[in-house]
Amino acid sequence: MNNQIIKLFGFLVVLYALLFGFTSYWSVFDADSLEANIANKRPLLEEQQIDRGDILAADGSVIARSVPRGEGDDKVFVRRYPEGSLYGNPIGYSFVQQGQVGFELEHNDELVGEKTEFLTVLDELQGHAQVGNKVQSSLDPDAQRAAVEGLGGQRGAVVAIVPSTGEVRAMVSIPEYDPNDVPDELARLNTEDTAPLFNRATQAGYQPGSTMKVVTATAAIDSGEYTPDDTVSGRSPKEISGVPLQNAGGEQFGDIPLTEALTNSVNTVWAEVGENLGKDTMYKYMERFGFDQKPRLDYPGFQLATSGVFEGNRLLTADDSIDIGRVAIGQERLNVTPLQMAEVAAAVANDGELMEPRLWSKVIDPDGREEELDPQRQSRVMSEDTAATLNDMMQSVVAEGTGTAAALSGIDVAGKTGTAEIDIEGGVNQAWFIGFAPADDPEIAVAATVERTSGFGGTVAGPIAKAVMEAILQKEGEG
Amino acid sequence: MSARTRELFALIPVALLVTAGFTAVLITNSEELGNLSVLYGGYFLALCVATHIVIRIRLPDADPFLFPLVALLAAFGMVMLYRLDEDLARNQANLFVLGLVLFSATIIFLRDYDVLERYRYVIALVGIGLLLLPRLPGLGKTTNEAFLSVDLGPITFQPTELAKICIVVFLASYLNERREVLVVGARTIAGIVLPPLKHLGPLLVIWGAAMILLVFIRDLGSSVMFFGAFLALIYVATARISFVVIGLGMFLAGAWFFAQTVPHIQDRFDIWLDPFESSEGSGYQLAQSVFAQADGGLFGRGLGDSLVQLPGPASNCPPGVSFPDCDAILPAPHTDFIYAVIVDELGLFGGAAVVLIYALIAERGFKTAILAEDGFSKLLATGLTAIFALQAFVIIGGVTRVIPLTGVTLPFISYGGSSIVANFILLALLLMISDKSRRRVRVQLSEEAA
Repeated sequence: MNNQIIKLFGFLVVLYALLFGFTSYWSVFDADSLEANIANKRPLLEEQQIDRGDILAADGSVIARSVPRGEGDDKVFVRRYPEGSLYGNPIGYSFVQQGQVGFELEHNDELVGEKTEFLTVLDELQGHAQVGNKVQSSLDPDAQRAAVEGLGGQRGAVVAIVPSTGEVRAMVSIPEYDPNDVPDELARLNTEDTAPLFNRATQAGYQPGSTMKVVTATAAIDSGEYTPDDTVSGRSPKEISGVPLQNAGGEQFGDIPLTEALTNSVNTVWAEVGENLGKDTMYKYMERFGFDQKPRLDYPGFQLATSGVFEGNRLLTADDSIDIGRVAIGQERLNVTPLQMAEVAAAVANDGELMEPRLWSKVIDPDGREEELDPQRQSRVMSEDTAATLNDMMQSVVAEGTGTAAALSGIDVAGKTGTAEIDIEGGVNQAWFIGFAPADDPEIAVAATVERTSGFGGTVAGPIAKAVMEAILQKEGEG
Repeated sequence: MSARTRELFALIPVALLVTAGFTAVLITNSEELGNLSVLYGGYFLALCVATHIVIRIRLPDADPFLFPLVALLAAFGMVMLYRLDEDLARNQANLFVLGLVLFSATIIFLRDYDVLERYRYVIALVGIGLLLLPRLPGLGKTTNEAFLSVDLGPITFQPTELAKICIVVFLASYLNERREVLVVGARTIAGIVLPPLKHLGPLLVIWGAAMILLVFIRDLGSSVMFFGAFLALIYVATARISFVVIGLGMFLAGAWFFAQTVPHIQDRFDIWLDPFESSEGSGYQLAQSVFAQADGGLFGRGLGDSLVQLPGPASNCPPGVSFPDCDAILPAPHTDFIYAVIVDELGLFGGAAVVLIYALIAERGFKTAILAEDGFSKLLATGLTAIFALQAFVIIGGVTRVIPLTGVTLPFISYGGSSIVANFILLALLLMISDKSRRRVRVQLSEEAA
């Protein structure tokens, strides 16, 4: 019988090896995916016990804070947003049951004071509880308010960027939501027709209309194919990709220089320029501006949309069949985010260099130590000379062209309007204005857009951009 | 060094481990450190030494490692329970005293375990009676739809724990007597060795009993445990692997049939295959079990540092009920799922240590069986060891999703009196067998030396 007993023990050892194997699998090999499992509330339950750091606005006012509930071991923290809907979409929310989105999600590690394993062990030995850091956002309350008031309830978005650093001073998406309502009303917010949780500034793919001509003009001049004084015929209609293209209102122009063609936003000129440059050159400059890739904003990837030419959900490349002449004037299947168009304006404003956009500007740890944003270059889009030329051309748009409504008294503004026709028969447009000020030393670049309006870019979006630039420049003047 | 002195020395590190464990929990929970943990450690050591003295007097030649290994499991259990809830640990400590008293009583009053062989049919009837007790109206109590315990006013106990000893005693005795005829009378039909029909009857009865357990008591875990021990014994007794294959086949066929027809058993299988599909509902326990293990990682969160109770001031407990019976993130952290809590706090290393201790106990148990002289002692030691080791496998396997989850206790670790008492009696029997055989070996050696 002894032989059988030994075999029996051997069998048992195999069974126990299975136990060890499965325990290793759950605790080590599959641990990461289990921790990310949506049904696993442990990470959130634990974070609920941490005093999550405040989120501050650029002026130091509080955007989000944590308030304690209960005492002792039972103490948990709940998120409050004192300014309500003012920062709704860009900042997002953080709740145990509803999860996290936006800035709250992207900067979670800093906000809960996540450290390296080694430092955590040191803290535990010293008996320190984990405390979150304050994170200062670059958003400016006055600029936010100006954007909200400017949009005045019309659906749309505004993004304002500091050209030299990439800091986002304003990001507004209308309709906005109040993150304080999320714990009770998430289901309603999710199903509402107006999609308040959809951050139009970073997620919406809109037709850019004529604002795209800034990209086309950059490609034309920086590639050396054109100068601002070169003339192109502005007759209408003109065959582009074999299909006749009209100017707005069928207006006729003769052989006009490019500056004038930008000032008056002449479609047939810029479509011809785009066609002559070709897909490869156009795509080269679009990519330098940040098209065809996720924006490099510190924001959750699922809340960032790529700008480019799309067939359904598929991003088209220069190898696909594309009517590049119409892309050059912001038509075709081109979809862009307001954030992308603000980056276009910012790149011109920053002497042709595009900075990576950022929503945070400072992390302040519980001991008061500060870590400041180190601005990152994303790409050199064009030479300084090209940028100076574009700046002049865009100034004349605001001084004497379609963008006069964005003009500020005593300050030169550079810009470009856009009116994409969404429903020609119904007269429904996507109105745009992108620009920057002061033109000689730009401090702020803006993109403003309004959804489904009967008005035009210059008259509807221009004043919104103006108000936001004014709010920021006034502050600079005071400071 | 004598076996007993080795046992005594082996108990010292166990007591130190308990002290260290309590210290760790105390530091985490209260931040101030009194001499309380040393007191607990001393109390634990005193209990162990008292039991050691009983063993030293009555069973001087018994295996020196079995008792310290069991004490180590108990130490794990006490520290984990203390970490979950102080009152639980206090109750468990009292139950340990009761267990040790019954352990000593078994050793002192049952002078010779051969007596058990004579009363095997009585013992078998008692065992079956115990198994059916929970189905009696007015007495039985259900847990997760299984009839597991008997409610006797102030105390509830799980009769399957005691029944397992009765059944093993009967099987060891019965198979010891019949093993010759089972082998000699066997016939080969179509290449399969079958036992003679007239001896097959009692074995079919055992199989039937396992099936009744499965369906009538709805206790899949005990059913697997009993039938596994039965197969282990029949294999050791007859050396016929074909009997095991036939038995296993019959069991799997039965289990499959009932998994199709009995909703309770079917649910268990579905949850096992995909706990995440219904992670908010019936799969919640198992999903939380693997989440807790994932939380532990290689080294664990540290004693007292894992998340066991829902944080926040709002308690969802009905009046009169408190943690860990409610508000627990992982349900039943002190009973069925204590292994997951161990992995959460002590990591893969802690879990592996627990499994290793069970393996070492099994090794000592089977060693005892090998050293034993007569067939009954061999089969009894084998059966007791097998059913003990299988019990640990069934519950840890359930918690780690190796097999469908069933509610049996983790011997000597999880909370509950029936399990502690029954397993201490089981240990007493093993030590008695060990003492007898090792004394014979010692006497033989000294005679040869002389």
